[in-house]
Amino acid sequence: MSKKQIGKRFLQILIVLFGISFLTFGLTYLSPGDPAEIMLTECGNLPTPELLEKTRQELGLDKPFLVQYWTWLRGVLTGDMGMSYSMKVPVVQKLTSCFWPTLKMSLLALLLMIVFSIPLGILSAVYQNKWPDYLVRGVTFIGVSVPSFWIGLILLSIFGVQLRWVNVAGGTTDFKAMILPSATLALAMSAKYTRQVRNAVLEELHQDYVVGARMRGIKESVILWRHVLPNVMLPLVTLLGLSLGSLLGGTAVVEIIYNWPGMGSMAVKAISCRDYPLVQGYVLWIAILYMGINLLVDLSYAYLDPRLKEER
Amino acid sequence: MKRAKFFIEHKQFTIFLILALMIVGVAIFAPQIAPKDPLEAVMLDSLKAPCAEYPLGTDKLGRDMLSRVIYGTRTSLVMTMCLVIVIFVVGTLLGVLAGYFGGILDEVIMRVADMMISFPGLVLAIAIAGMLGPNMVNAVIAIAAVSWTKYARLARSMVLKVKKSMYIEAAIVNGTKTWKILWRHILPNILTTMIVTAAADIGTMMLELASLSFLGFGATAPTPEWGLMLNEGRTYMAKAPWLMISPGIAIVIVVVVFNMLGDSIRDLLDPRQE
Repeated sequence: MSKKQIGKRFLQILIVLFGISFLTFGLTYLSPGDPAEIMLTECGNLPTPELLEKTRQELGLDKPFLVQYWTWLRGVLTGDMGMSYSMKVPVVQKLTSCFWPTLKMSLLALLLMIVFSIPLGILSAVYQNKWPDYLVRGVTFIGVSVPSFWIGLILLSIFGVQLRWVNVAGGTTDFKAMILPSATLALAMSAKYTRQVRNAVLEELHQDYVVGARMRGIKESVILWRHVLPNVMLPLVTLLGLSLGSLLGGTAVVEIIYNWPGMGSMAVKAISCRDYPLVQGYVLWIAILYMGINLLVDLSYAYLDPRLKEER
Repeated sequence: MKRAKFFIEHKQFTIFLILALMIVGVAIFAPQIAPKDPLEAVMLDSLKAPCAEYPLGTDKLGRDMLSRVIYGTRTSLVMTMCLVIVIFVVGTLLGVLAGYFGGILDEVIMRVADMMISFPGLVLAIAIAGMLGPNMVNAVIAIAAVSWTKYARLARSMVLKVKKSMYIEAAIVNGTKTWKILWRHILPNILTTMIVTAAADIGTMMLELASLSFLGFGATAPTPEWGLMLNEGRTYMAKAPWLMISPGIAIVIVVVVFNMLGDSIRDLLDPRQE
C-alpha cells in the first residue's frame, strides 16, 4: 500500500470509530432503565428523588445527549474513558486488566485453528472428491452447524465434571485453564476456515500454470509445495483477518461458559448491570483492535505478494 | 407428472425439503405432539433423569424437557424467520435504492454499511440487544441491525449491473414510472440471488439468535428456547447432564437441515452453475 492509501485507510478507520461510538452512545441514551437508579440500588442505597438527582448530576446524565457525547469523546481522546458505574474503577484500567487474558486465549485459539484448518483444507483440496475430501467436508459441515456454546458446555462437562481434569469454577488464567476455552473457540471457527482454505487451494489448483507444470512432467508434490502454496498464502491471510471478527465475538460466549476473566465476560456483565461507560469502552476497544489487525493484514500483502511491492 | 420428475431429479433438495417441512410441522403442531405443557412446573419431579414418564428428563422446576424442546422449535423458527425476512427486505430495499438512485443516498447507505461491516457483528449485536433490554424482539432487531449490510451490498452491486441494460434504458425512454421500473424490471432480476443468499443464511441466523439467548440477551424465562434452556441447565451440569444434551442436539439437527436445504437451493437456482 502506498502512503496515500494508508492515510486514506486511517481516515476511514477514524470515521468508523466515530460512527460506532456514536451509535453505542445513542443506544445507551435510548435504553430503558436509569443508570443512576440502578447504580444506587446496587450499592444498597434507597434511591430517594434527591439522591437520584444528585447522582445524575455527578454522572452528567442531566445534560443533553450531544453534550454528554462530546464530554465522553474529549475524554477518550486524552485516554480517559470515564469511570465504571458498577466497579468504581477507571474504564481504561478495567479494560487493560481484562485484555491480556482474552488476548492469550484468542492467540492460542488462533494457533490451534491454523494447525487444524490449513493441513485439513489442503488435504481436502488435493484429494478432491475422494474419501479424505468427503470426510473433511462432512465434519466441517456439521462443525459450522454446531453452536460454540454447546461445544463449550459438552467439553466442560466431559473434562471438568466427569474427568475432573480442569477446575469447573474457572477464574484462573494459567495455561491449563486456557486449553478448553481456546479449543472451544478454535473448533467453532476451524470448520468455516477449513472450508475457505479448501476453496482457495482448489481455485489455485485449477489455474493454467498448474496445468502447464503438470504437462511439463513436474512432480505433483513440487507443484503443490513450490507453486500452489505460496500463491495461496495471500487469500489465506485475508480470510484469517476476516475470521478475527467471529473470534472476537465468540470470546464473549466462551468466556461466560468457562468463567474466564476476560473482556467478553466483563462486557456481558457490564451490559447486564447497565454499566454504560464500560460497555462503550469495550465496543470502542474491540473496534480499534479489529480494524487495526485488518490494516496490518492489508499491509502484509506487500510482503506476501512481491507484485504489489513493485507497484509502489 | 412434471413436478414429480423435478423432485426425483433433485434428490438432495427433496430430502432436505421434506426434513425441513417436518421441522416446521413440529413447530406448528407442538401442542398436539408435546406430551406435557412446557411451562407446567411439577416441583416434586425436579431434575429427574430420563425415564418412561419424562423421556428427556426434567429441569430444575420439574418441567418436561421433551415438551420444552418441541416447543423450542416454535420459538426458534419464528424468531429466525422474522429475522431473515427483516434483513432480506430491509437489505434488498436499501441496496436497490442505493444502486438505482446513486448520489447522496448511495453514499449515506453504503457508508453506514461499511461501518457495520468493519466491525465484529456479534459484539455489536450483544451490545444492542443488551442495551435495548433482553427480549426476543430486541434480539431480532440487534442481529438485523448488523446483518442487513450483506444484502444491501449484494443488491446494490447487482442493480448497478442491471441498470446498464438496454431494456432499462428503453423503459426510461418510454417514460415508465420509476417505481414500476424498480418493481417490474430490476427486482425480478436480482431476486433469485437474494433468495439463495437468504436461504443459505437461515442456519447461521438461528445459531446467532441461540447464542444471544444463551448469553441472556434474547428469549427470557420461562419461554422454551434452546439457547436459554442450555444456559439454565448449565448450573446443574454435574447433577443433571441430560439438561444439556437435548436442546443442543435439537439446535444441531435443525441447523444442519436448514444449511443443507440452503445449499441445495443454491445448487438449484444459482445461475453460475448452469
